[in-house]
Amino acid sequence: MPIAVAIALLVLGSVAFHLFSPWWRTPLASNWGSIDSALDVTLWICAAAFILLNLFMAWVLVRYRNRPGHKAHYEPENATLEKRLTFWTAIGIAGMLAPGLVAWGKYVSVPKEAAIVEAVGQQWQWSFRYPGPDGVLGAAAVKYISPDNVLGLDPLDPYGRDDLLVEAGDLHLPVGKPVKIVLRSKDVLHDFYVPEFRAKMDLVPGIVTYFWMTPTKAGTYDILCAELCGTGHHEMRGKVVVETPKAFAEWQAQQTSFSQILADMPQAAISIMLIKANACTISAPRSIR
Amino acid sequence: MATTLADDLRPLHHPRSWLTKYVWSQDHKVIAIQYSVTAILIGVVALILSALMRLQLGFPGLFPSIQPDNYLQFVSMHGMIMVVYLLTALLLGGFGNYLIPLMVGARDMVFPFVNMLSYWLYLLSVIVLVAGFFVPGGPTGAGWTLYPPQAITEGTPGHQWGIATMLVSLAIFVAAFTMGGLNYVTTVLQARTKGMTLMRMPLSVWGIFTASIMGLLAFPALFVAAIMMLFDHFAGTSFFMPTMQSMGRITPTEGGSPLLFQHLFWFFGHPEVYIVALPAFGIVSDLISVHARRNIFGYRMMVWAIVIIGALSFVVWAHHMYVSGMNPYFGFFFATSTLIIAIPTAIKVYNWLLTLWRGNIHMRVPMLFAIAFIFTFIHGGLSGLFLGNVSVDVPLSDTFFVVAHFHMVMGVSPVLVIFGAIYHWYPKIFGRMWNETLGKLHFWITFLGVYAIFLPMHYLGILGVPRRYYALGETAFIPESVHLANEWITIAALIVFAAQGLFFFNMIWSLFRGPRADPNPWGAASLEWLTPQTPPAHGNWGPHLPVVYRWAYDYSVPGAARDFIPQTEPRA
Repeated sequence: MPIAVAIALLVLGSVAFHLFSPWWRTPLASNWGSIDSALDVTLWICAAAFILLNLFMAWVLVRYRNRPGHKAHYEPENATLEKRLTFWTAIGIAGMLAPGLVAWGKYVSVPKEAAIVEAVGQQWQWSFRYPGPDGVLGAAAVKYISPDNVLGLDPLDPYGRDDLLVEAGDLHLPVGKPVKIVLRSKDVLHDFYVPEFRAKMDLVPGIVTYFWMTPTKAGTYDILCAELCGTGHHEMRGKVVVETPKAFAEWQAQQTSFSQILADMPQAAISIMLIKANACTISAPRSIR
Repeated sequence: MATTLADDLRPLHHPRSWLTKYVWSQDHKVIAIQYSVTAILIGVVALILSALMRLQLGFPGLFPSIQPDNYLQFVSMHGMIMVVYLLTALLLGGFGNYLIPLMVGARDMVFPFVNMLSYWLYLLSVIVLVAGFFVPGGPTGAGWTLYPPQAITEGTPGHQWGIATMLVSLAIFVAAFTMGGLNYVTTVLQARTKGMTLMRMPLSVWGIFTASIMGLLAFPALFVAAIMMLFDHFAGTSFFMPTMQSMGRITPTEGGSPLLFQHLFWFFGHPEVYIVALPAFGIVSDLISVHARRNIFGYRMMVWAIVIIGALSFVVWAHHMYVSGMNPYFGFFFATSTLIIAIPTAIKVYNWLLTLWRGNIHMRVPMLFAIAFIFTFIHGGLSGLFLGNVSVDVPLSDTFFVVAHFHMVMGVSPVLVIFGAIYHWYPKIFGRMWNETLGKLHFWITFLGVYAIFLPMHYLGILGVPRRYYALGETAFIPESVHLANEWITIAALIVFAAQGLFFFNMIWSLFRGPRADPNPWGAASLEWLTPQTPPAHGNWGPHLPVVYRWAYDYSVPGAARDFIPQTEPRA
């Protein structure tokens, strides 16, 4: 008997906790409302199942508790009932899978007009790269990394010369413009995670990963790392500033391009960089458009 | 008709001394207890680690000796110990060993020597695992998932020796499991007594049997992953190591794939969830049926659900990797297969409820744990649909929602079943009865406590609080109330932690002072309760093997004299 009451109270308590919980999604700041609605549909179907099944159990525990003269019913199978339950479960599952897959379909199709920004992770900080006026990120790889070339741009790739580099600074994005965020890691796994955007994706050394989104609300948001990357994992923070296209253009105009960095380097250092780069052109990675 | 071993007792390895009876024993029951005690002891280590983690999360800065490295080491060791060295070992090595021969009417496992070897190798794997605490740099802090490259590169605690002891220990564990698993599968297939057809076996055996087959197929993936990472670490290969930097220096590695490890790991890791869950499903079915005095509802459906879940669990692994950077188009397939697996799982839940329905429910301690399991499993199963549903997983992955989900579904739920099962079979195993008041107290604190721990975590996860964080620090979207929640969760966790003392006290005290138990105190119909001696003697059945005439669930049959008919009773 107490267990039946406990189960019923836990169900009611869970519902109350849900209704009065101070913790829920952060206000959405991207186009991924479809992810939020898929979560809502999943939640409603699951909540209905949770409440019905557990309240049924609580009722059964009271109704069929052991007491003098009470005897259990012998019924090994009831094919009709089992088929009906299977059918309705399948309907419920399909009901939540459909919006989930539709949202995923959007998540994996990057719009053609999306701008490109690169986020580079390393233990334990974020850096960013913009493609510059040509709209193409120059080739980059770990083997090109040097103190003068911290993001590892290929000095021989002409597409890379106008790239804007933001080392350990803030990411800026214009509001309302779709952007493909290309992700690269210099060392270990990381994950680019801004809760308000809903989107996230791992950075995997050796390959380039990506996701896309449209920031819809101006503001400054925390960038966290969501893939355990060692001792400083919890301190691998960055900021993303979503601002008007005008403010974004002004900010961009102040950033340093790769050619400016090269121009500031001593001639000898450039020569060494170019010689080293030439030595590894055989399997040079491609530029990202 | 099942193949039966003869009634001949001679092939059994009879113990001649105390040492061969209790230490180097080939008796499945002794090996089961050895496995269980070892698993529970190492489980207590993992429990202590979780308390330390909670202290850091609930009261950050209050314990200066817990540094970020320590925290990550606690996380990693806690996870691996609980999943592999406690749950897998206890459910298969412990319950599998004890129950299979008794439930199918065999005298022992078919390979008793290999069975003994399985335990000693398991013990060795535990010793190597524990050695990780004492090597320079301490145990690995790469998370229980051990993802490379960070697992073996600078910047991660234990990247030098801790990871090596972990990988070697896992490889030994897989060898130990293979010896046990082959035994469980072969015993079920070859050593069933006369009349014990597959479709008359108790669901406990079905769950353990299917899980053993899955283990034999899934653990090799972990084994090769461990060996390959050891090569990467010590022999300079690059299976998982790309061209990369480590702490600002370019490593000599080239061209390896970190994602390959993740695929291997989860090809093991996902079936592993069901290797733990299926024995628990089977055992809880038996607890419910016995204590509700009612036949299991839809037995054939239950068996098929176990088999289908087992098969499907091999094609869902990449749902752990939706945002891993694998080809995103895999998401469509893996979301669909993952949500399909929910159907047979839901059928199991319905059939447990329908077994209770129209039953005659005795609220004994094992039954309380079984009911609590249904509640937590419904909760954990449903939250799994969020994470399986690919796009919904994107905001939730690597947050506290995931922590809450898997603790509810494969931490709390199987552990509740294990408690229920220990209370249920204790009188048979030791011939003594435990104290009911202590048992109920243990149940109530544990059940309500774990829900208080894990329910709020779901909401922290939906808010976006990331997991595996030593400290949340200054984060704009995390309000002060989250820190308060963390304090409360820690307090609940410490209460549940302390309450386990009741369980240990009850079990140990009753071993010596508990009243003598009835050979069949619950009025159960399955074979293990029908042994001539309690606890069962070596060889289990005396001079003649039992003969089975019916399934294990003839409870409250109309017209029968008692409310159960033992499996050995001939049909009228």
